[in-house]
Amino acid sequence: MEHWSATLATSTTDTGPQPPSVAARLAGDPKVVCGGGFILFLIIIAIAAPLVAPQDPLAQNLLMATVPPAGFAEAEPGYLLGTDGLGRDVLSRVILGARVSLTVAFVAAGLACLIGSLLGLLAGFLGDRADAVISRLVDIWMAFPPVLLSILLVAVLGAGLHSVIIAIVVIDWTRFCRVVRIETMAQSQMDYVAAARTIGFSRPAILFREILPNVVPVLIALLTLEMGIAVVVEAILSFVGLSVSSDTPTWGGMIAEGRQIVHEGWWVLAAPLVALFATVVAFNQLGDGLARSLDPVLRR
Amino acid sequence: MLLAVVVNRMAVALLTLAGVAVVVFVLLRVVPGDPIAMMISPGASAADIAALKAHYGLDAPLLTQFWIWTKGVVAGDFGTSITLHVYVTEVLASRLPATLELAISALVVAIALGGGVAVAGTLLRRTAGETVIDGLNSILLAVPDFIWALALVLLFAVAIPVLPLTGRIDPALAEGFATKFYLAESILTGRLAVAGNILSHMTMPTLALALPLAAVIVRLLKQSLKEAMVQDYVLLARIKGFRELRLVLQEALRNAVGPTLALTGVQFTFLIGGTVIVERIFAYPGIGNLAIDAVINRDFPLIQGLVLLFGLIFILINIGVDLTVATLNPRLRHA
Repeated sequence: MEHWSATLATSTTDTGPQPPSVAARLAGDPKVVCGGGFILFLIIIAIAAPLVAPQDPLAQNLLMATVPPAGFAEAEPGYLLGTDGLGRDVLSRVILGARVSLTVAFVAAGLACLIGSLLGLLAGFLGDRADAVISRLVDIWMAFPPVLLSILLVAVLGAGLHSVIIAIVVIDWTRFCRVVRIETMAQSQMDYVAAARTIGFSRPAILFREILPNVVPVLIALLTLEMGIAVVVEAILSFVGLSVSSDTPTWGGMIAEGRQIVHEGWWVLAAPLVALFATVVAFNQLGDGLARSLDPVLRR
Repeated sequence: MLLAVVVNRMAVALLTLAGVAVVVFVLLRVVPGDPIAMMISPGASAADIAALKAHYGLDAPLLTQFWIWTKGVVAGDFGTSITLHVYVTEVLASRLPATLELAISALVVAIALGGGVAVAGTLLRRTAGETVIDGLNSILLAVPDFIWALALVLLFAVAIPVLPLTGRIDPALAEGFATKFYLAESILTGRLAVAGNILSHMTMPTLALALPLAAVIVRLLKQSLKEAMVQDYVLLARIKGFRELRLVLQEALRNAVGPTLALTGVQFTFLIGGTVIVERIFAYPGIGNLAIDAVINRDFPLIQGLVLLFGLIFILINIGVDLTVATLNPRLRHA
């Protein structure tokens, strides 16, 4: 029965010259290669953090406080990006901070994607009352300012990584729900769904085996973009002091410390800010590239 | 027709607001951690805590608390802030003008900047200039207000220290205002030196909020303009001998601006949400900065008031956008 839908799908697209494979298209897209390359690099750095970090990121040395980065007057060897107000190595802390950021990016965005897409699939496929209830819920959700809601949630749940992840999932499932709902509605009108229905596929089978695979390309791009958002939200919550405890280095926490002593040591703010910027841009470029390469409508 | 749509939208909006109010009310009270725990001294006895709870009505059953609060809200009384010991409505009224001035300035800057770059990109289409604009913009689209704000701190408060880092106005100048709309009032009363001081304080937060929105405007408006530039009416105007700039500004822009306007409205709500963190970074005394303090201190009445205020602002913006779009596009008037 899989064959049936497969032949239906290919017979309509097989008329022109064979398009390049998805893998070839992805490898040829500079956005995917650069964005994905940087994220991969970051993942490796984060996993190998204790080996890569030149210093102990937690070791304080008040005699070495606010040492500027290498190349500036009064720089000290061994502290490439200088030290913070407590004499801790900035580079090592940025490296270790990548762990929290990436954990939140993958876990929070993944869960938001899972929940949002499920509800979106149901709303788009079932229509009627289920659609009305879920859509109304999305509307109410989106009436909250996201930053305020996330701070509210984390304050309520108590500071910590779990709360940050829950807050992102609770707020951002709507992004997936809205897109997947519309996409599912569009796919439900397609001939292959009618065909599957005619030959007696059960409704769950139609939804998960026929429609879902066609929604996945949009979902992957959206998930990548959401990871970039999650990294920023975590940084904002760390900045406000509501994320992980202050002895674990996070980019947002470092930015908050750097903001306080910006006139004595600008590098304490600049280093994590550049890391955050690069990560967010990389996730976005990767998401853009994936959307362009995977979306059948946008393919040229 | 239009009136019916507005009334309908208002009804739905009020229902949404009520839903939001209930969710926040329950959420705040079912989870551990209450405002009393934040304000008592370590040596307080259980009797002291109970007395304080009774004083703020936090010992009553949940439904009773909600009933009392709802009655108050309908009568315009949002309760008293637990940490500031002032009426919530008073706190909000004194802080809202600062945020409104900031958000509206940011909106104006975003439209001017985004519109200008979009028009420039349209004039430069199919040249290296357009490639540069598109490339830069695709990166800028990813950068949120939080990162902009801190980058601006590094640029204008550290590298080239020309702008004040925190606050809304020099404390010495903050005297003799009849309203809390400092910027508008100082301009209208001709106190230009004061207005200049306020603007120098507002530059960094305004830019941080405006730049992400400007990037969105550039992308969409440039796309719409390029599509409009190949339409017959532009061709006709071109045959008449109008200059390129005039073609873009007078012919294409009028027809291309609709989608951008609708999107700008939606994005304006994001901008208002962004004031929360941007005001925090620049210690700007608006409702966003207030919201973070209220949440950290578990100031229930203040949080509830703020959430309703934000919700109301969002709803008003959405209705305003729908009306503007409908007025500008006759085809949508009956949709």
